[in-house]
Amino acid sequence: MEALTVDLAASPVRQLNQALHAPDPAPRWRVLNPRGAHSVACGLTRHLTVDIEGHVGYYCAGMNQLATVTVHGNAGVGVAENMMSGMVRVRGNASQSAGATAHGGLLVIEGDAAARCGISMKGADIVVGGSIGHMSAFMAQAGRLVVCGDAGDALGDSVYEARIYVKGTVKSLGADCVEKPVRDEHLTELAELLKLAERDEDPAAFRRYGSARRLYHFTVDNAY
Amino acid sequence: MCGIVGLHLREPELHPRLGELLAAMLGQLVERGPDSAGVAVYGDPRLTPPGRAAVSLLDTDAATVESALRGRIPDAVAVDAGPTTVVHAPVGVDALIEALPRATVIGTGEEVAVLKGTGHPHDLARAFGLAGVQGWQGVGHTRMATESAVTPQGAHPFSVGPGQCLVHNGSFANHATIRRELRAEGVSFDSDNDSEVGARFVAYHLARGADLDKALRLLCERFDGFYTLLVTTADAFAVVRDAIACKPALVAETPGWVAMASEYRALAVLPGVESARIFEPEPEEVYVWKR
Amino acid sequence: MTEGLRESATFDRATIHAIQRAAATGVYDIRGGGAKRRLPHFDDLLFLGASMSRYPLEGYRERCDTDVILGARHAKYPLHLAIPVTIAGMSFGALSANAKEALGRGAGAVGTSTTTGDGGMTPEERGQSKHLVYQYLPSRYGMNPDDLRKADAIEVVLGQGAKPGGGGMLLGQKITDRVAGMRTLPVGVDQRSACRHPDWTGPDDLAIKIGELREITDWEKPIYVKIGATRTYYDVKLAVHAGADVVVVDGMQGGTAATQDVFIEHVGIPTLAAIPQAVQALQELGVHREVQLIVSGGIRSGADVAKAIALGADAVAIGTAALIALGDNHPRHDAEYRALGSAAGFYDDYQDGRDPAGISTQDDDLAARLDPVEGGRRLANYLRVLTMEAQTIARACGKSHLHHLEPEDLVALTIESAAMARVPLAGTDWIPGARP
Repeated sequence: MEALTVDLAASPVRQLNQALHAPDPAPRWRVLNPRGAHSVACGLTRHLTVDIEGHVGYYCAGMNQLATVTVHGNAGVGVAENMMSGMVRVRGNASQSAGATAHGGLLVIEGDAAARCGISMKGADIVVGGSIGHMSAFMAQAGRLVVCGDAGDALGDSVYEARIYVKGTVKSLGADCVEKPVRDEHLTELAELLKLAERDEDPAAFRRYGSARRLYHFTVDNAY
Repeated sequence: MCGIVGLHLREPELHPRLGELLAAMLGQLVERGPDSAGVAVYGDPRLTPPGRAAVSLLDTDAATVESALRGRIPDAVAVDAGPTTVVHAPVGVDALIEALPRATVIGTGEEVAVLKGTGHPHDLARAFGLAGVQGWQGVGHTRMATESAVTPQGAHPFSVGPGQCLVHNGSFANHATIRRELRAEGVSFDSDNDSEVGARFVAYHLARGADLDKALRLLCERFDGFYTLLVTTADAFAVVRDAIACKPALVAETPGWVAMASEYRALAVLPGVESARIFEPEPEEVYVWKR
Repeated sequence: MTEGLRESATFDRATIHAIQRAAATGVYDIRGGGAKRRLPHFDDLLFLGASMSRYPLEGYRERCDTDVILGARHAKYPLHLAIPVTIAGMSFGALSANAKEALGRGAGAVGTSTTTGDGGMTPEERGQSKHLVYQYLPSRYGMNPDDLRKADAIEVVLGQGAKPGGGGMLLGQKITDRVAGMRTLPVGVDQRSACRHPDWTGPDDLAIKIGELREITDWEKPIYVKIGATRTYYDVKLAVHAGADVVVVDGMQGGTAATQDVFIEHVGIPTLAAIPQAVQALQELGVHREVQLIVSGGIRSGADVAKAIALGADAVAIGTAALIALGDNHPRHDAEYRALGSAAGFYDDYQDGRDPAGISTQDDDLAARLDPVEGGRRLANYLRVLTMEAQTIARACGKSHLHHLEPEDLVALTIESAAMARVPLAGTDWIPGARP
């Protein structure tokens, strides 16, 4: 079925989102000329497919549920923030706070992600083809963050139970984040995630990081 | 709290379009700073003809300036650009400032004109005649005032040293102390704006022989708080962010130009942006492009 | 035994105890509640009732309206509340499910709103609350777009009067299976929430965030912005610039479930000092009464309600007082409070989760002590009294609506309160610090 095309050079984001939120929207959408616009295709709740041709601004596909959104370009701050389910794919790079607080679904960033990727993530899976910036997975509670490139400073600071896999180098680990052994079950889940993200990296090339759980109780040593 | 744009044109064919491109970039960031705006442009043949000293002024107009300079500074020309007046003459900058009537100096240097005011950025761009401005480098700023007054003096850019210019997005956390320290060293201030302290700090160190890279590294050591800064001089274009780097910044680079903006939508108006290398500056790393 | 002994004003017994506690444990003191120190407050203001120059209204016979509309600036469905006293955000987690349900029942009975908290929306709360405000906090625990759409308004929380600049805390004792499940946390951890939002910082980015929240909810819901009172004049202006429909200002007497005592007592400004700053900011922007102001932090009586409104608030929010109405610190629990090292009237260890009143706890047996229907009835009674008291004062000042009260109806008893509230010292026309 032919995709419905919306040109953001001709109609505002609000109109696009209203149409995507309508009770019975068309299943396939194509969005032209986003030119850095904010909140494109946010708050979707249905099994839609949305292809965005160009770079988007803040909060693209924010709080996504069920929909499949692809950005054929770069994404600004907070792409797929608080996503609940579905899939968001960024063909280019993502700015800071990609997948922030996301509860579910899969976020794939084919390029690099900037600072705070997966901050406070709560169960989503994030696969980054390139590298990620500093303070990524800060206070990450649950879910998996897979990085095929390098990680910046303070990876996994104050992390709870999220699992982090990095293929390249880690500039530094944040408070309470430690390297952990990669066991068979980790190789299995990593292989699944890489496959879902359509990547061909070898799971065996990744290292795993997670919480040392030393911050779980306020004591003399960690009371600030 | 603000929107920042900057454009450093490498390709001479683009120089006639500087003002038009800068105005388009600025127009994309109005929501980030709806209460005032300003630009600095380098190399416009009408505002700052080559070989002449130029001074940008607030609180006056071209007629007042020209009549005050008549008979004192030969061949002085003043141009009104909205709330701002730019005067140029074939003398030294100091001699020109000496002869000026009462006004607030907001920029000096052979190549830079600084235009700023309060109000909607669209209206200001029109008042400045920005679309007709030419040159090789420009910066722009839309301001949402945080703790200091909404006045033309409090608008960015802050141009407090020869050919220098600074715009800021964020909020310094220890600027009051640094202001006191600079005052003790004899530096005077025009506004209560925290960003002016950053500009004075950079100018202070440039005047003492530091290069731009060094001055900005010193700023990172001394200033606390959140900042994305775009700093320009008569031969350089530089970007730096604080250690936490929350305030947004994007740099785009092509063989024809280098551009910086708070958001991508401001870069989207540039010719050839589709093939630009786009990246976010790393925290506390100083990026400098030379003319 | 202490006869003839002199207690140091500097090193009094509470101070000595604090030093001894710190030396023994090596960890700062965490507690609930708001600032306990004496502060200039509404008690330091008085109303000028009508007499000869003004005419009072008759009680019961002549109307004195109390309703308030919140969030009509941009939202398709603003809130229309029957009374200008709302229930402040308090989380499920900090409070028991029964306490949350009681708050919803009590508020609903008198036509006002309740607010979620850090930790998401419970079905009990949604079910029992006629008007429910959904808090959007830095931690985003339990943040769910379905619940966002179920809410009647959205409150973006930047801070709280008890701890402006700090994130919340919830100690392991209260992270039960249900709380942990809602927050996606391991059971029993000591949880410290973030102090900044994860995906925006500053008013310029908040404007974009508010835009996203409006898009996701199809521009239907009013959006509040809540700030802890500090640099209130600037913060209120920035909240308006960022697009808030309603600004909530929480003074330092405002409570918390758990924070460092040093934070509660030493950061922020009194509610009394914050209101005129907020009102000035709104007036200068030309949006006073168009962008509504909700004030919280130490509201106890109808007189406090009337004074906050006279100073320029559109509504107030209560937290601590609502918990007291439910039964917090009741003398009937005194023996149990004493067993916990406290006493009725002093209990503030909300962080411990062992609340004998069944309010600030996640223990099933303790929570069962609070009957949500009975608690709701007590809260509704209390809210009715607050409203009637405020009406009594408003009528005495000749006002047919609470919102017709104005600063000129007030005088101050102390120089401090006159300067902070910007009303004259009683019997004078002197407002200390006022620019001529």
